[in-house]
This record gives sequence, structure tokens and C-alpha cells, in this order.
Amino acid sequence: MTTTTKELQRQARIGTREMIRAKSCLAALRSGGPETKASALVMGLGNMVHKQVPKGLLFLAAEIAYIVFMITNGFHNLAMLVSLGSIEQQEVWNEELQVYLYTKGDQSVLLLLYGVATILLTAVMFWIWRGTLKSAYSAELTDKAGRHVATLGEDLASLLDENLYRLLMTPSMFFIIVLNILPLVFMICMAFTSYSKIDDHLVLFDWVGLKNFATLFDSGSVLGSTFWSVLGWTLIWAFFATFTNYFFGMILAIIINRKDTKAKGFWRFCFVISCAVPMFVSLLIMRTMLQPEGAVNVLLRNLGLIKDSLPFFTNATWARVTVIVINIWVGVPYTLLQLTGVLQNIPNDLYEAADLDGANKVQQFFKITLPYMLYVTTPYLISTFTGNVNNFNVIYLLSGGAPVTNLASTAGSTDLLVTWLYKLTIDKQYYNIGSVVGILTFIILAAGSLLTYRNSKSYKEEGGF
Amino acid sequence: MKGERLKSAKAARVRNNILIHILLAVLAFIWVFPVLWVIMTSFRAEKGSYISTFFPHAFTLANYTKLFTDTTILNFPRMFMNTLIIAIFSCIMTTFFQLSASFCLSRMRFKMRKPFMNMAMILGLFPGFMSMVAVYFILKAVGLTEGNLIRFALVLCYSGSAALGFQIAKGFFDTTPFAIDEAATLDGCTKWQIFTKITLPLSKPIIIYTVLTSFIGPWVDFIFAKVICRANADQYTVAIGLWRMLEKEYIDNWYTSFAAGAVLISIPIAILFLNLQKFYVNGTSGAVKG
Repeated sequence: MTTTTKELQRQARIGTREMIRAKSCLAALRSGGPETKASALVMGLGNMVHKQVPKGLLFLAAEIAYIVFMITNGFHNLAMLVSLGSIEQQEVWNEELQVYLYTKGDQSVLLLLYGVATILLTAVMFWIWRGTLKSAYSAELTDKAGRHVATLGEDLASLLDENLYRLLMTPSMFFIIVLNILPLVFMICMAFTSYSKIDDHLVLFDWVGLKNFATLFDSGSVLGSTFWSVLGWTLIWAFFATFTNYFFGMILAIIINRKDTKAKGFWRFCFVISCAVPMFVSLLIMRTMLQPEGAVNVLLRNLGLIKDSLPFFTNATWARVTVIVINIWVGVPYTLLQLTGVLQNIPNDLYEAADLDGANKVQQFFKITLPYMLYVTTPYLISTFTGNVNNFNVIYLLSGGAPVTNLASTAGSTDLLVTWLYKLTIDKQYYNIGSVVGILTFIILAAGSLLTYRNSKSYKEEGGF
Repeated sequence: MKGERLKSAKAARVRNNILIHILLAVLAFIWVFPVLWVIMTSFRAEKGSYISTFFPHAFTLANYTKLFTDTTILNFPRMFMNTLIIAIFSCIMTTFFQLSASFCLSRMRFKMRKPFMNMAMILGLFPGFMSMVAVYFILKAVGLTEGNLIRFALVLCYSGSAALGFQIAKGFFDTTPFAIDEAATLDGCTKWQIFTKITLPLSKPIIIYTVLTSFIGPWVDFIFAKVICRANADQYTVAIGLWRMLEKEYIDNWYTSFAAGAVLISIPIAILFLNLQKFYVNGTSGAVKG
């Protein structure tokens, strides 16, 4: 009984709110009434004509705010984006005060930032404009069909129901646009400018087109040759860091979870406790321990095993092996935790059958465990590989890119593209080259992983919902 | 004959077991050793990072008291409070953004859903701090890089784009049967009520997971903090403080206190982590079992 009443109430509630929805803003422009078409110029007009006065006024207010902004600042910002400013800061002798005063010069970074922000704002405004057209058209259709047009209150109420995603996602989207997309577009733009300490372009700079890309691809220049060697090492590192961790973690998980291993919880605890220490702390400790006078060298010398300190971070090859080995120490506990569950999902009868056929453990590992794991964990491997290409912490905290073998270059032997990018932007202030490196890193990663992601099982299955 | 073969097979198994346990013990030692080393260093009486002996000569608590009393150069209590405040606020914001985005992406169907998910994936491929310099410029342009507002800026940095990290929580929500939602809709629930009264109460594990991971974030990040704080020493977080203690001019006096500080922030994180382990393993298992 109560259910039926509730159902009736619900239908009544939804029924009042159900409007005829416009398909697209193009449809609105093509087949809308004059008031709807006029909303393309005076936003909100269509809504006001069709009993949605407050909503229409809101749209109109947004349009007015945007126009006011564009007249006061926006057009200037866009105009300056083209030239990026040219007025240098100058000293002017002020007769009255008897001091030198500085005139305000142009700052290209800020001009670029404001310009990009204005473009993004315009894009958002365009999106709102499309929304108003659609809204005007729906109001027109609903009103003409003689049905109830939703009031502002009902529209707001729908934000908690079928439009909940608008309410919840809008603040998130705002922050993502301001803190992710805007900075990213801004940095990408920098790749096409001369914003760099080279030739002193830190205050005023210009668009230079693809010149920075050319510099980086030209293996004759210092930056170019550094780029290729860093790229090579980055790929070697990502490969080894991913697969050493993967196999070591998998074998460890198998050993711990064997039937005959005693005190499984204790062993797992031993490994997990090391990743409970914050990563930057354990990496800094590792670094101090491996210094020429650090704990490891002292211990080995006191035991009489070595005479001179081992060159952990002073010899290029040693340093590269060291970072990979320490990365095993850092990463294996995580791999252990993540792979344990997957390993336990392998159907046990496969192993029982193999036992009956007389296969030993090693054969079982290569014929059953490994193929199964590779099949199931491909997406995991891709994301780990991506993560390792972008693995800033391990390299920066451990070796800082050291040792620097070629004094002319800006990168050391263990620098990855990301740590090199950090050095180029933060230390050297070669912002343009840095952002080219960032873009290239992205392209390398995107080309590889986007395809694989989209073909992965989990992505496809999610689409089936 | 047969019995002997079984016996030798059994002996081989025992031998294998012993070998494997020895191997595990050695590996466990390698993994635990640096942790023990920090704890030992934090109680060590001799100063400095370069030591000639492995075990300390004398033990002391002075390293810990120094952290909280010697505030002239590196003000640890202040850094601790800064980090605590940042952690609390960014935890609240992150949890809200992440869970609500996950709910929308999992339970609702709208036009921007797939584009949003693809966008999150693409943004995730850019090196994280490539945009950091730009974020600094933006925050500076809005005036958030001065004085106490730096804390607010850091909270924004840590939690602003939290919605992009929806994957785990969404995977969790996906496993709650849609039939529950439909039943609730028939009973007159709005989507908001479904979110707060049904989905969230069913998702305690993932809420705890989100809260804890977002709370830990500010304690262990130091790249962002360093770029945003610059020279404002009174706004430093614990991570920058610890990092500075290992710089050349401080390391001799502060090395053992660094270890003490590391132990102090590791303890709560270790406790959280050991409790979180199971979510790491079954992070994607469902809310409603069997």
C-alpha cells in the first residue's frame, strides 16, 4: 500500500519536472523559434520568454560578466599573447622626488599566463553558451507542448537528483581546470617560446616556433646529445625497474605463500614494515648509508672485505646498478602486496594436474604461473612502466642524477627525463627546453600506453556496463 | 624399496624447506636492516653522519628532545603543526572530491563521463611536476604564495585535482549491486540520498582508505611543498624540514635528530599502513559480499 503511494508521489514529483530535452545546440539554432535563436546573442532571452525568468537572468548575468571582463582585461590579454610584450623595465629620473623610478615593463610569463587563462575562460564561456541555447530550446518546446516548465526551484532540486553529477563534478572540474589543465597548457606554450636563461630571456621572451624541438633533436648540440643519452637511460631504467620488481616480488610472494612455509604472517610483516616508512625517508637514509663514509662502506671496511670505499654514486655504472638495486628494495614490498591476491586466484587444479604429470616447481612456474600472471597483470605492468619513466623520487632523492660525467651537459649519468626536466626548470631556468622534454616524455608514454590501455580487458569490460 | 624412495623424497623436502627459510631470513634481514638502522641512529649519542663503528657507543633520548626544544634554526614543532593542519584540510577535501566523483562516474550516466575518464588518463601521463612551476605562477597571481596563505595553497595543490584519482573508489562502487539503487529510487530516494544514505554506509573500507591515504600525502610529499614554500621557512612542512637536516650545513648537528624525526613520523604511518594492507590487496573487492 505504502509502496504504491510512494510510487505515485514519485511519479507526480518527476512528472512535474520532466521537460522535453533539446538534442543539441545546432538543433536549437536550426529549428528553434525566434526567441531561441535570439538567445544566441542575448543569452537567457528564450528562457525569460518561456516562464524561466530567474534562470534566464542568470544566463544573462554570466554573459554580461564575460563581456565586461573581455572589455576591461580580456582583449588586452589576447592581444598581448601575440607579442608577449616588448616594453623593457626602465629607469627614469624623477625631478620632483630626486630619485630614479622604475617604469613598469612587460613580464612575458604573466602575459602568457593571462592570455592562456583568457582563452580557457572563453572556452568555458562557449560551453555555457551552448548550454543556454539548449536550455532555451527545451523551454520553448516544453512550453509550446503545453506542459509545465520547470521553475528555478525545481531546477535546483534536480541538482540533488538526476543532475547530481553537475553539482558534484563542477567544483572538481573547476580545480582541475585551474590547477591541472591551465598549468599544462601554459607549460606546453612555453615550449614554443624563448623563455630561458640562455641569452637572458627570463623577463621578456618571444614565440620561436619549433626551434626548441630542433635544438633537442639536433644530436650535435650539447642539449641534443644529452637528450638522447638521458632518453636511453630512462628506457633502460624503466625496463629494469619494472621487471626486476615484478619478478622478484612475484617469486617472493610464491615462496611466502607456499604450503610448507612457516610463519607466513611474520615474513610478510618483515617486508611490509619497510614500506611503512615514508619513501623519502628510507631513500634519504639509503643515500647516507651508501656514501663513501657511510654505514655500508664502514661496515665492509671494518670487516676487512674491502680496502677502499665502493663508488656507489661516484662511478657511472655503479650508480646505475645501485639505483636499480635500491629500487628493488623500495618497490618489492608493494609488488608483494599487490601480486599476492592475483597469485591466489590462479586455479589450484592447474598445479595439481601438473604435479600428477610430474612437472617440477620450476617448470610449473614457467608453464603455469608466468603465462597466467602476464596475461592478467598486463595493465598493471603498463602503469608500473609509466610510473617508472616518471619516477622522480627514487632518482632525485637517491643519487640526484649523480655522477656528472660530462661537465658541459646539464644531466648526470642517472638522470631520468623527469629529473632532468626538474633540473632544467628549477635549477637552470631553461623553461622552454624543460617543457619540450616534458612534452616528449608525454608523447613517448602516451603512444605506448594509450593503445595498450584501450585494448586491455578491464577498460573494455567497464564499457559493457 | 618404495619406503626408501619416499624417505629420500621427504628428506629432500625438509632440506628444501630449510634452505627456503634461511633464504627468507636473509632477505627479511636485508629489508628490515635499514629500518633498524634508523631506529638505532635516532638513539645514538655521538653526533654526525660519519661514524667509525656500526653500533652506537652510548644511547640517549637527547635527539628527540632536541627536535622539540631547539627551535632556533629548524623549528620542528612548527613544521609539525603546519603539516597537521594541511593534512587535515586536504584530507577532508580530497575525500569529498574523490568519493563524489567516483560515485558520479560509477552510478550516473552523463555525456561527459567517458571524456572525463579519458582526460584523467591523459593528464596522468604528463610528468606530475611539469606543471608545478606553472601552478606556482598561478597561485602567485592569485596572491596565495605569501604568509599563512601558503598553507591554503598547499591544500589546494594536494586535493584540488583529487577527482582525477577516482579509479580505486569507482572500482569499489561498481561492485555494489545497481538493484539497491533502483529499489531506493522506487522508494522515492533522490540520487543525493542514495549517495549519502546507501552507497557511503556500504563503502566504509574505501572511505577509510581514501581518508588515510589523503591524510598521509602531505607528510611524505616534499617536492610540491618545496616549490610552493620557497624561502618561507615558517611555512615548511615536516618533509622539507627533514630534507634540510641532511643538507651540508646541518648534517653534522642534525643527522641523529633527522633519524628521530623520521621515526616519529613513521610510527603513525606504519600503524596506518599495517592496518591498510588488506585494502591494498582487496582494494577492488566489493561492498556487498556473497
